[in-house]
Amino acid sequence: MAYEAPDHLLYTNDHEWLKRDDDSPDEVTIGITEFAQEQLGDVVYLELPPEGTALTVGEPFGEIESAKTVAELFAPVGGELIGVNAELEERPELVNESPYDEGWIVRVRLADASDLDQLLDADAYQALIPEE
Amino acid sequence: MSDHNNPGGLILLTLRDRHLALGARFAPFAGWEMPLQYTGIVAEHHAVRDGVGVFDVSHLARAWIEGPQAAEQLRSVTTFDVTALAEGQAHYSLYCNEAGGIEDDVFIYHLPGDRWLVIHNASNAESDFERLRSVAGEAASEVTADTVMLAIQGPKAIRLLGDVLGEAIPALNPRDCLEVTWRGESVLFARTGYTGEDGGECIVSAEQAHALWDALVAAGATPVGLGARDTLRLEAALPLHGNDIDPSTHPYEAGLGFAVSLDDGAPFTGREALAELKDQPRPRRLAHLAAQGRGVIRAGYEVRERSAAEAVGHLTSGGHSPSLRRGIGMAYLPAALAKIGTELEVDVRGRALPVEVVRRPFYRKPRD
Repeated sequence: MAYEAPDHLLYTNDHEWLKRDDDSPDEVTIGITEFAQEQLGDVVYLELPPEGTALTVGEPFGEIESAKTVAELFAPVGGELIGVNAELEERPELVNESPYDEGWIVRVRLADASDLDQLLDADAYQALIPEE
Repeated sequence: MSDHNNPGGLILLTLRDRHLALGARFAPFAGWEMPLQYTGIVAEHHAVRDGVGVFDVSHLARAWIEGPQAAEQLRSVTTFDVTALAEGQAHYSLYCNEAGGIEDDVFIYHLPGDRWLVIHNASNAESDFERLRSVAGEAASEVTADTVMLAIQGPKAIRLLGDVLGEAIPALNPRDCLEVTWRGESVLFARTGYTGEDGGECIVSAEQAHALWDALVAAGATPVGLGARDTLRLEAALPLHGNDIDPSTHPYEAGLGFAVSLDDGAPFTGREALAELKDQPRPRRLAHLAAQGRGVIRAGYEVRERSAAEAVGHLTSGGHSPSLRRGIGMAYLPAALAKIGTELEVDVRGRALPVEVVRRPFYRKPRD
């Protein structure tokens, strides 16, 4: 069975996903992929910057702690952090249980929409990850 | 993702096929390929705290010493006075070096007929067995490869073991050990463990291991991997040799004085040094730290006084406690800072996380 990677999302080499908002195309939601959460194991804590923080593409902006390890979150696009999933404070396991929906991590207002051109589509991302 | 081949000459478990069928993710540990987790560390952890879990701990080395001299021979290399152990009793003990440093921590079972079984950590198996050979010669024999060791732990473990192995099990006291006959073969059982829960550990022949594993799982025991074994033992504040205790630490600063007998006057390796250390003030002690904010403290992280620049110690173990939902860890600290209630901080990759020194164990079983 392959890991799920929905067609309507964009992906990074660092196993993050990005979804463009239907109504406000300069706003995006970011999370980690099914494969990433499986590799991390049980997520127990996320260290995220406050809203308003400026993100630089490719730079680390937060950390995600699992029971066994810690991983950095890298900004897939540049822009301003406009939302953090507050639900994860109490229920970090949502990142494991629902990585593409309830387990979203941050929302960002794009500084430069051309950043999106560097991202992978679902097929290209699937080619990156091993079969389970 | 799991590697189905034998990576790098690791020792493979007898029950490997069972672990694979359960979807285990494996990790190398002390030369063994061990199941790290099946469904997830946190879920497996809670299964043990709330119900009953079964662990394959066959990597632990198992050696017999037999004969009328066995008790004296063991006494000469271990810190605890094993000669005081009645048949059918087991106890925690240590191998120390001449300086009193801890070479390994072990469990010793006294079985009828002058037979003694010693459980060694996998990482020290070779040197530990040499130690037994040096005092017992051919009377010491290793049975690690011929047997499988399973730990069954949790508040419901003894009931389940009574159903599977027979009513002799619930009649045992903690640290009692017993050979029971199961399906015509001998299974060695001890009411011991490494999780802070009630339960026991079984040693069974490799031939019968699959049947016993299947019977325990069918009776409702949740398979638990090495990942949760570590979070459980950490919550119970049980030291891990190589992390929290090692040849450079001694039993008294590690809080393991209960495993050292000096009163019987018997000679054993490290006795002179330990007799001196016992009465000396301790410059440092193993302290138990709990995070006061959100974040995970891990082995190797620096411990400091609040808002100070200098490290006063480093964590020897650490992690997220699934039961307490906060970071916990252990560190050797100057005695003045190891007092319960002392407020310190841990450097979590550049962020100062407030912690306090707490009583051990971190987790206590709720009373019925």
